[in-house]
Amino acid sequence: MGEAPTGPVLEVKDLRTHLFTSRGVGRAVDGVSFALRRGETLGLVGESGSGKSLTCLSLLRLNPQPASRIVGGAVLYEGTDLLAKTDEEMRRYRGKRIALVLQDPMTALNPVFTVGNQIFEAIRLHQGARGSRLRKIAAEMMRLLRIPDPEQRLGDYPHQFSGGMRQRAVGAIALSGKPSVLIADEPTTALDVTIQAAYLEVLKEIQRRERLAILFVTHDFAVVARMCDRVAVMYAGKIVETADTWRLFDDPRHPYTVALLRSVPDVEARIERLYAIEGQPPSVFEPAKGCAFAARCPHAEARCHDEPPPDVPLEGGRAVRCWLFVR
Amino acid sequence: MIRVVFFRLMQSLVTLLITSVIIFALARTSGSPADLVLAPEATPAERQAYIERMGFDRPLAYQYLIFLKNALQGDFGKSLRTGQPATRLVFERLGGTLRLATVALLIALAISLPLGVVAATQRGRTWDRVGLGFALLGQSVPSFWKAIVFVIIFGVWLRWLPTSGVGTWRHYILPAVTLGWGVSAGIVRLLRSGMLEVMGSEYIKLARAKGLRESVVVWKHGLRNALIPVITFIGFMYGIIIASGVVIEVVFGWPGLGLLAYESTLWRDFPVLQLTVLLFTVIVIVINFLVDVSYGLVDPRVRGG
Repeated sequence: MGEAPTGPVLEVKDLRTHLFTSRGVGRAVDGVSFALRRGETLGLVGESGSGKSLTCLSLLRLNPQPASRIVGGAVLYEGTDLLAKTDEEMRRYRGKRIALVLQDPMTALNPVFTVGNQIFEAIRLHQGARGSRLRKIAAEMMRLLRIPDPEQRLGDYPHQFSGGMRQRAVGAIALSGKPSVLIADEPTTALDVTIQAAYLEVLKEIQRRERLAILFVTHDFAVVARMCDRVAVMYAGKIVETADTWRLFDDPRHPYTVALLRSVPDVEARIERLYAIEGQPPSVFEPAKGCAFAARCPHAEARCHDEPPPDVPLEGGRAVRCWLFVR
Repeated sequence: MIRVVFFRLMQSLVTLLITSVIIFALARTSGSPADLVLAPEATPAERQAYIERMGFDRPLAYQYLIFLKNALQGDFGKSLRTGQPATRLVFERLGGTLRLATVALLIALAISLPLGVVAATQRGRTWDRVGLGFALLGQSVPSFWKAIVFVIIFGVWLRWLPTSGVGTWRHYILPAVTLGWGVSAGIVRLLRSGMLEVMGSEYIKLARAKGLRESVVVWKHGLRNALIPVITFIGFMYGIIIASGVVIEVVFGWPGLGLLAYESTLWRDFPVLQLTVLLFTVIVIVINFLVDVSYGLVDPRVRGG
């Protein structure tokens, strides 16, 4: 995969994607920034509705339109801003440089075409292969994802595949363009735990070999611990804390991260009641004046309610968006 | 599979039987053929003799059973008007109707597939309105009126197209467009709503994420899925085309089953009318069966496995 690049392969700066509905404008993605280096996995965690999926789709400019629109920021792929590209130029980045794996393998494949046909499509597009070479590459891709009997299974339809195999087929499609960035939007949420583990292992292995950069969206901390080098915690459309995975687990700083980690059930602790964060996240249509978490935060001060907190860089390359760390 | 086919066959036979009872009884409510077949100056005695000779004085149920017994042997009687076997008269006309209905259906598909897709992808914009407006007009304006207006515009004023009869491909245009337009509405609406649903699905998102051109995403990944319910609908519409074809064949003087049905109704030509209607029924049954079979071709999930 060439020489070591200097900067991050994907850098997102102050990305804003707003919803435009009859209820008004919703700030679903409200100033998201992060950087992703080759060979690295960045976890994006947060509750449902925090804007994780919309962030992913916005990176490829596949956010639902006209219901939502990217209203600001930059998505830099090796330094070029994808938001400034024409639709046709943008299309050439999809699958080829940045690939996407979706959450639900049961619905991600087109039911009326064979799995082979859908993999061929990607290979033909990105590698220009035809005929028997096309079949060969497709079978290789399936073997790479450890789908058994690839040659025979190319002719199968999605409904003839199990959930785990479908997600691998989606993976084979995504990796057919030899992308350098893979966006995985909760790829294992719909899978059984054992199938999940096997899938993650395959993904890790491919990442190591191809030096793939992965943005891994999940709300499962067990998966984060297993997969991610760094974690970004998202709350109400903003990233509130970024840190190396082990540091985040050992020593969470943002009150939301602390609460989030406390709400993860621990089998060994044998606690009677599960911890739940009090209250609800604010509606994207009525953003809080200050910090979005202030209303639920046990440490909230007066200014937390009045002014949005800045992003505070801390030791070890981590950052927290919280007034408590401003001094 | 064999059980399914057998079941469908039995079902079809019951349908045919019921249709035959209805048309047999209904035809006879229009009056006696004696009024039309015999000369106006025929004496009551001559009239009575005719009725007895034809068996019209027997109870209706008895007449029906005789008809059924003969029909099972392939004998549908002779035309009261011309004396020719009903089967010959009817089968002569079958091709004309099937050709017209098929051309009409093709025209309907050629118009409504693009309109339905474009209406969905341009939702709320000009083409969406054009598509729905066109469809609504075709559906709500009665076909006999459309036929007459077309004749006036293209036949009388512009003199572009023949207004009656058969012969060249140009004779197909007016009747087929009239028929096809009428059924386009259903396809446009069904396809539009189907496309709107399909285009919001995850596999469309994935197809786009692959980097496929939007045209491939819409016309391959989208349309192929949205077509599944449309295919079923086509069987239903084929029946509508054939049924509304009666009016169109009369207006355009198209020598098909519809015109024959019309004529034999006027002449109280019971044997011909009965066979024509039964043949309509058979056509609709066969088309529906073919649609059910083709369903498996379009949707791999139905094939099982």
